[in-house]
Amino acid sequence: MIAVPDPITAAGPARVKIEITGNGTTLSFSGALNVAGIAPLWHRVQHAASNVASNAAASTISPLTIDLAAVTSCDTAGAAMLLQAERNHSGPVTIRGAAQTVENVLARVRPAAELAPQGPPVVPPSWHAVIGSTMTAFGDGFVTLGEVATAMVRLPGRMRMFRLVDLLRAMDETGVQAIPLVVLLGTLIGLILAFQSLVPMQRYGAGIYVAELVSLGLVRELGPLLTAVVLAGRSGSAFAAEIGTMKVNQELDALSAMGVDSMTMLVLPRLSAAVLMMPVLTVLMELAGLLGMTLVLTGSGIAPVIVMHQVALALRPRDLIGGLCKAVLFGAVVALIGCRAGLSTGVGPRSVGRSATSAVVGGIVATIALDGLMAVLFYRLGL
Amino acid sequence: MGSIISVEHVGQSFGNHTIYTDVSFEVQSGEVFAILGGSGCGKSTLQRQMIGLLPPSSGVVRVLGHEMYPTDPAVLTRIGVMFQAGALFGSMTLLQNVMLPLEMHGDLPAEARAEIARVKLGLVGLSGAVALMPSEVSGGMSKRAAIARAMALDPPLLFLDEPSAGLDPITAAGLDRLILDLRDEMAITFVMVTHDLASILAVADRCIMLDAEKAGVIAEGDPRKLRDQDTNPVVHAFFHREMVKP
Repeated sequence: MIAVPDPITAAGPARVKIEITGNGTTLSFSGALNVAGIAPLWHRVQHAASNVASNAAASTISPLTIDLAAVTSCDTAGAAMLLQAERNHSGPVTIRGAAQTVENVLARVRPAAELAPQGPPVVPPSWHAVIGSTMTAFGDGFVTLGEVATAMVRLPGRMRMFRLVDLLRAMDETGVQAIPLVVLLGTLIGLILAFQSLVPMQRYGAGIYVAELVSLGLVRELGPLLTAVVLAGRSGSAFAAEIGTMKVNQELDALSAMGVDSMTMLVLPRLSAAVLMMPVLTVLMELAGLLGMTLVLTGSGIAPVIVMHQVALALRPRDLIGGLCKAVLFGAVVALIGCRAGLSTGVGPRSVGRSATSAVVGGIVATIALDGLMAVLFYRLGL
Repeated sequence: MGSIISVEHVGQSFGNHTIYTDVSFEVQSGEVFAILGGSGCGKSTLQRQMIGLLPPSSGVVRVLGHEMYPTDPAVLTRIGVMFQAGALFGSMTLLQNVMLPLEMHGDLPAEARAEIARVKLGLVGLSGAVALMPSEVSGGMSKRAAIARAMALDPPLLFLDEPSAGLDPITAAGLDRLILDLRDEMAITFVMVTHDLASILAVADRCIMLDAEKAGVIAEGDPRKLRDQDTNPVVHAFFHREMVKP
């Protein structure tokens, strides 16, 4: 059994002696020119070789001699250093004294070193290219919407592609598993809103109206909106990552090759699960918020029965229905954006991460934009 | 020449399932050593034990004079591994992939790391692909880049897992040629797991053959001699692409 010397932990004793005379420059190397030993030499050697070249430009062409007589071994890294020095020098270069093994390595590395290009320069995209790609992505969103609509229309003829087990699994992951988080967030939001509103309202003796303020805000706006944010963070990203990984692994190609529509098999169950579970999660978020609010108000001396009475006075059925309609719409949008991000995944693990990020960001931005639109719509309709 | 790897009475079990027992062999410095066998016989498992990824259930693995378990990190810088699918990092260009081991070990300046990485890619015939991402190159180019990365620190020992799997015969032959060139000109020792007959016969100096049924080594030696002389029915069937007669 042989123990091979370790050039990383026990750096080889590589040395260079630089002699500049009227007849040119000589770089005399000694020791093992290996990947660990050459680090301190690299800049000195290249600098010396380049200086010889610049001196040569000023006067006569000065020769460079690379003396390898005392070199005990040389690996490809050592050869790369020597050959780059040779290239950096514009005048004649002589390599002398190399042992046969060192010559072999130099001969092997030389063609690779001479061929090695720097690669094309990286050009940042122009502003019109950025705008163009943004518009294309926006248009692709509508294409996806159309494809989903087509898949829904064709669903009766493709029911075997819409697997119940996938729907139930998606409902479990999207809805049931999100309940603890939604309840926790709802309670905390209710607590915070009530507490922050109570302090200024009590100054005007209007502490009792905090119940109306918070309950209306929760049911009409914050309940659906925050639940959609949770859905985008949990499920939108999961949809994108799962479908994106399937695309990277060519599973989507396999489905297509089997004549299975990926929209029907992958997107519709997730879309249905989000649409079905969002109202449930929203109601739970609102109930938890009302509970948190009640805790704060009860702690400030307002009886729970009065709080409930105020809530009943403030909330009308149309507030609840409006909030639930928003929840359904937000659920559909978040699921669609997540699935689309997954379907448009490129190649490699990085693109899966990018898809998950765009699913979350896209889902949240679209939800808030839609919420604004619906606020205007509800106002116009007098709801 | 001396032995660079010593595997002594190594066995591997997962739960009650025994993959192999009492496997012993040595790999000599400067040779191309192949681990052969049918699917599921434990070829890749044995290689994982040699590269420090899987402690054996029994026995000892020594690489470059060091016991692999517990693994000395310094030994890992003296071996290079090419995984079956290349295992190139998708977020880096080929050049950056090859530069990574140089960045992690040693004190080379950035300019030197880039130059050395370019040379390594040139050695495997990828001079024009340094700026490409792994997703932009073919399977054969990925494998070549993976070999370049494995060679980044100029290790004396390279492990290759199914180097020619999924490659067309011309590309596979080019890879075989590269292995022989690197062995002859850089004195690199190769340990390769494969069941590509053409590749085995073209490059391997010696081999062992594992068998799932016997749970161990059933043949060892020059693959050409094993093909022509071995009387074991499994070895004969392997080299002559025949069904094993019950």
